[in-house]
Amino acid sequence: MRILNLTAGRLSRHRRGPLAGVLLLLLGLLTAGGLWTAVMAPAQAEKTQDLASQVEEGRKLFLVGCSTCHGTNGEGITTDRGNNLGPSLVGVGAAAVDFQVGTGRMPMAQPGAQAPRKDVAYTEEETAALAAYVATLGPGPAIPDESDYSLQGLDSEAQEAAIVRGGQIFLTNCTACHNFEGSGGAMPRGGYAPKIRGVEPKYIYEALLTGPQNMPSFSNGNLTPEEKRDVIAYLGTLDDAAAVGGFGMGGLGPVAEGMFAWVLGIGTLVGFAVWIAAHTTRSNRKKVEA
Amino acid sequence: MSNELTGPGGSNLPAEEPIANPGLPEHTWRPTDVDEGAARRAERQISTLYLLSMVCVVLFCVTYFVADIGDNWETVLGLGASTIGLGVFLGLALLFIGAGTIQWARKLMSDVEMVEMRHPARSSDEDRGATLAALSAGAEDSGIGRRPLVRNTLLASVGMLGAPAVILLRDLGPTPSQAAEADYPGAGLEKTVWTAGMRVVRDVVGTPIKASDLEIGDLVNAEPEAIFPTEENGYPEMEGAVLNIAKSKAAVVVVRMDPDSIIPGEGRDNWSVDGIVCYSKICTHVGCPISLYERTTHHLLCPCHQSTFDLSDSGRVVFGPAGRHLPQLPLAVDEEGFLVAQSDFTEPVGPTFWERDTKDIGDQGEADL
Repeated sequence: MRILNLTAGRLSRHRRGPLAGVLLLLLGLLTAGGLWTAVMAPAQAEKTQDLASQVEEGRKLFLVGCSTCHGTNGEGITTDRGNNLGPSLVGVGAAAVDFQVGTGRMPMAQPGAQAPRKDVAYTEEETAALAAYVATLGPGPAIPDESDYSLQGLDSEAQEAAIVRGGQIFLTNCTACHNFEGSGGAMPRGGYAPKIRGVEPKYIYEALLTGPQNMPSFSNGNLTPEEKRDVIAYLGTLDDAAAVGGFGMGGLGPVAEGMFAWVLGIGTLVGFAVWIAAHTTRSNRKKVEA
Repeated sequence: MSNELTGPGGSNLPAEEPIANPGLPEHTWRPTDVDEGAARRAERQISTLYLLSMVCVVLFCVTYFVADIGDNWETVLGLGASTIGLGVFLGLALLFIGAGTIQWARKLMSDVEMVEMRHPARSSDEDRGATLAALSAGAEDSGIGRRPLVRNTLLASVGMLGAPAVILLRDLGPTPSQAAEADYPGAGLEKTVWTAGMRVVRDVVGTPIKASDLEIGDLVNAEPEAIFPTEENGYPEMEGAVLNIAKSKAAVVVVRMDPDSIIPGEGRDNWSVDGIVCYSKICTHVGCPISLYERTTHHLLCPCHQSTFDLSDSGRVVFGPAGRHLPQLPLAVDEEGFLVAQSDFTEPVGPTFWERDTKDIGDQGEADL
């Protein structure tokens, strides 16, 4: 104790000395730097390491599964006739990859006017790796977070207002191709606008952001994130709406429904006409004249 | 047999039939004609069908009073009770009466072949002569031939009755010249509410569009700012028919594409802003609103009759029945960077009409140059 007290006493005597401030500063810097090196840096490095290895994994997957059409560096391949075998992926962003691969549209089974939704070919980790790699090709929209397309956090009145606004935006911007019920519709040259009812909100948001295939995009400068969220909320309410008109028959529109009525209605009438005019059973016996 | 077939109009038949009349085949009887048991069974079947009809009517009434008719749309199989209960039971009640009656006719009613001869449609010469005589006697009695003054004034007065009809037809709507003189902005078929410097705003929400916010591939369904008047922009309030007319004529689509893919029409070099172009949303065929836009081909498709317009080429018609290109709205940006119109459309929007100026404006697109 005595020695300690002695040392403390000596140090204390120098605490206002000219070197004390410099020493204290050095000590502080050393502590902060040491702590940083010991605790924070490995986590950061690990993250960087993770992203790098994910991008590398994505690049390998890309070379195997995507480069035939999109080129080995995602630059796109142009055919002799000036068409695109696969478009350039520079700047399409992670959102486009998550949408196209996550819904099974890519890889396409065959080139054509339409990339139909089908069974997903990659696992979630592989899709994320592909998205991470394509995102490095150029700046583009990132994969949206659930908070971007969820109405949670709004009170019920605000939710209702959002759904009404979403409905108006939907009717103005989406119904031309996707039908008033979101059932989809025909487009030129064998393409079609797909059905968007029952599609996961994330994929609708990504489709709006990136404009898959021939769809125009609705970037955040075009439709604000809140407006996109409202459209998605409106689509969700369509599924809960009661079928006040009886059988909706997929909401395919007046032509399809009219065909149904004609085929079923006139078919039944023809059946009755055949029955009325059919030959009655005849007997071989003669009538006994009374 | 052949004697029986010569009807009362026998004089009109050929004197001798070229082929011997084979007559009718021997009549065969139905089981219900020859078997009293079968007939009784048929009788029971028919009355059962009628009874079923009554049961359905009772069920209809029961459903009406018991099931929750009204705003409950999911009572039965996810469908409304009125759709299923009332519709099905009333339909079946009618169906059973019909089916019973047909069964009655087929099983029990008289079953004998009948022959009805075909007669010429021309009246007999005596009838025709008598009718003509009566007509000329009437004309003679009225003196219509002798007094031409009466006849001519009658014809003229009946003819004049067409004039009130024509005048009343005029009330069906304003004539194009009346519409053009109406006292509201953009009146008439030739003009819209677009004016120089008016901002292009998003439809529904009414927010102005910053040119730098749009990305290549974006499509905006837009309207002129005058449709969304606020205190800030100072446009006068519009309502009713005036608002609807303004909105329907001025609706536009704004798209942004790679500036290199635009083939500007004659005199339209500065109508776009960094690849952002703006076209009327009203089809030039019969006026449907169109916004089926294909990002990669820059084609705008009309859902009504499949007219397709190339927005990278002055709105040229590339397919379908439309006879004219889509009118383009010349765009610019204001000092705050928002999209504005340089002027109104330079030609009438929408379908062709009689009075429309037919001068060739010389920008029908690449194919016509």
